[in-house]
Order: sequence, then C-alpha cells, then structure tokens
Amino acid sequence: MGLLSKKDAKLITDPLADNNPITIQVLGICSALAITADLKASIVMSIAVMFVLGLGNVVISLMRNIIPSKIRIIVQLIVVATLVIIVDIILKAFAYELSKTLSVFVGLIITNCIIMGRFEAFALANGPWRSFLDGIGNSAGYAFILIIVGFFRELLGSGTLLGIKVLGDPIEKTGVYAYGYENNGFMLLAPMALITLGVIIWVQRSRNKALIEN
Amino acid sequence: MAINTDKNSYTVLFATAMVLIVGALLAFVSSNFKEQITENKRIEKQQNILYALGVNENDETSVEFVSKSIVGQEFKKYITKQYVITGTDAVEDPNAYLIDIKKEEAAAKNPSYKRRLPLFVGEKDGETFYIVPVRGKGLWDAVWGYVAIDNQLVVQGVFFDHAGETPGLGSNIKERFFMDDFKGEHFLDGDTFKGITAAKGNADPKNNDKTDCEVDAIAGATITGDGVSAMLKKDLQLYLPYLKTLKQ
Repeated sequence: MGLLSKKDAKLITDPLADNNPITIQVLGICSALAITADLKASIVMSIAVMFVLGLGNVVISLMRNIIPSKIRIIVQLIVVATLVIIVDIILKAFAYELSKTLSVFVGLIITNCIIMGRFEAFALANGPWRSFLDGIGNSAGYAFILIIVGFFRELLGSGTLLGIKVLGDPIEKTGVYAYGYENNGFMLLAPMALITLGVIIWVQRSRNKALIEN
Repeated sequence: MAINTDKNSYTVLFATAMVLIVGALLAFVSSNFKEQITENKRIEKQQNILYALGVNENDETSVEFVSKSIVGQEFKKYITKQYVITGTDAVEDPNAYLIDIKKEEAAAKNPSYKRRLPLFVGEKDGETFYIVPVRGKGLWDAVWGYVAIDNQLVVQGVFFDHAGETPGLGSNIKERFFMDDFKGEHFLDGDTFKGITAAKGNADPKNNDKTDCEVDAIAGATITGDGVSAMLKKDLQLYLPYLKTLKQ
C-alpha cells in the first residue's frame, strides 16, 4: 500500500499520458507555443504553473460550495490572479533575481487555460486533497510536453540546451557545423512549435489507438 | 447549512465581499513590502550601471552582477561622478542615478520642460567611461539599459533589460551573446550620428566590422531588436551635444 490510494494515484498519472492536458484535452496550447523556444523558459513556466495550479485548485475546492455559479468564472480568475500577484510581490521583496526571471510569465500563468480548465472541471466538484493531486498531475503532464517541445526547439533552432552549445559553435564552425550542418531558425518561431506538438500528438495516438476519435 | 447560491442577492453580496477581501489583501501585501521592493530596485540600478562599466562577476557565458552586499561600496569606488545634463551644461549630483527616466521622458513632452539627463562617470583601470541610461519600447513592454562610452565615443559595454519580452526570443537581449556584441561598436560614422542597429543579413555574424554601427540581430526577435535600435538612436542623440564636448 503506497502513500496514495489507487484512485488518487490515477489523478497524478493519468494526465501524464492518456489524459494529457495539452495533447488530449488541448488546453494550454498558447503558452506551449509562446515560451518553448528554449528549454529553460519551459522549465521555469512548468514549475510556476505547478505551484499555481496546485494551490489554486485547493482554494477553489474549499470555496466550491459558496461560489455562485453565475459568476464562477470571474471568481476563478480573481483567485488565480490574486495568487500570482501575491507570489510576485513576495518574490520581488525577498528573491528579487528570481522574480526578474519569472516576471514575464506572470501574465501567461493568469491566462493559462489549463488553470481555468481544471478549476472548472475538477476543483468545483471535488474535495481539496483530490483537487490538489489533480492540479499537480495536470501541471506535470503540461510540464512533460513543454519540456519535450522546448528540448527539440532549442536543440534544432539554436543548437544549444539550457544555453550550453551542445552541437558546437555555428560561427566558428566547430562540432557538427564543420560538416555543413546549419541551425534551423524556423524552429524558433511559433509555427514550428505547433508542428512539433502535432508530431507528439501523432506519436501518442499511433501508440494508443483508443485515443483516436471516430 | 445549505445556501441558495443562485439567488441574485447572494451573487451580488458574494461579489462585493470577494472584491473587498481581495482588494484589502493585495493592498496590504503591496504596501507591506513596498520598502524592500524600492530598495531592491535601487540596488539593481547600481548593479546594472556597474555591469555596463564592466564591473561584474561574469564567468564564460553567464550574466552575474556584483553581489548585493558589496554593490554600495563598489558603486562609490567606480562611479566617481554623476551629472545631470541639460543641453551642454552638466551639474554634479550624487543622486543622479535615482532620476526616473520614464517620468522625465513623459514630462519632456511639454516643450517648456527642460529634461534632466543623468550621466554617470566611471573610472576603471585608469580609464574614464561615460555611462548613459537608455529607455525604449520592445514588442510587449518597456526595454531599457545602460551604455558605457569612452572619450572617443566608442561603446565599451552595455547592459539591457526588459519588462516582458518573449522568453527565449526577445528576452535574449539581456544575454551575453547579444550584449557583448556591442563592445567596441561605433555609433558615429565620422561625425554623423547613426546610432547602433541590430541588423539582419548584414553578412557579418561575428561582428568583425565595428565601424558599421551594426550588430547582429537575434533570430525570431525582430521587433525587440528594432526596439533596441530605436531606443539607442533616440536616447544617445539626447546626450550627443554634451558627449561631443568630451571628444578632443
């Protein structure tokens, strides 16, 4: 018997593969396109979303019985915006450098549809502990895809990983560049993010035929 | 206790309460930490100015400022004078670095206002550098920076920062590969002012030609690059009358 019951564990593992928020639920595409041009940005965004979604799901779940259904979307938006802004202010006061790295992500987190989607679909109908697990699971699934896309875009687009030149120097013509290899600048632009994502969806569905809709 | 959450009166009540609570919470957090944040911003300014001067703790590829604990003394040690410039007159002011460029720029829209331009004089390894703050627009939000110039009016170091450029693309203006490119670059062609352009397709990716007033642009960040070029052109020009008096 592990830490989590089988049903709870599924909340974490399901979004990683067969119910992935990006490739199956098609949520959070916008940020997956916008910030995956390098791996570091993908990782930072993933951690930030994990934090906000985990916490936000708990808050919404605690409030689920008193939220008027007519204005629930606005309430959700306020909760997530408040959380993000408070975290941003505290970071600015105590970890200024970290907040500089994160500041550009703040807007992206607030408007991330995964967060709204999970509040709406899960936290409004489930208890805090299960909502927390669902938040962590979905953001992990999101992180997984973001990191794959970020990995390929940075590697093929800039020839680097986390800023380290893994393929050699394109200007000095060392490493693979000595054999005529060139970076593909198109990888850095949004259309290639969409195509990379499409390839991931294709691979996933050809491995698991049950995911294909008729 | 079952509440009828569908009633209009409840909805209005809930919304009012929520706004009050959230508003109070945010106001409290914000005012509570205001002092630390202002202080952090002041320290950052000093770090940025020193960075442009070449006083930093960079290793091969990273951007490292002098640490927070010593930045105050380092700033006093390297920045020997601070001026406020209006036209070709320069008045010394030890707190010139606290001038808010954004507010000055806004106030200067009024033609009767004489814009105060801060300039920092740094001494490093026996040489004198003049550090000019610049500020402009990127793709999403503000971009700004500091440009260190020697007495031959050649750029010897820059620091750029931004409020919200796209991570991995426009945000690369604060990476070493972009900022280091400006070292040794001219912004005057003979006596004509040209600024420095982040140029595409000038067939000079290594930036060997330092007198062409062009550096290599970042792929996928056209508008941010154009913003940086425009910013340098606009703000260096303001200092030009004074800077020209320095060049013997």
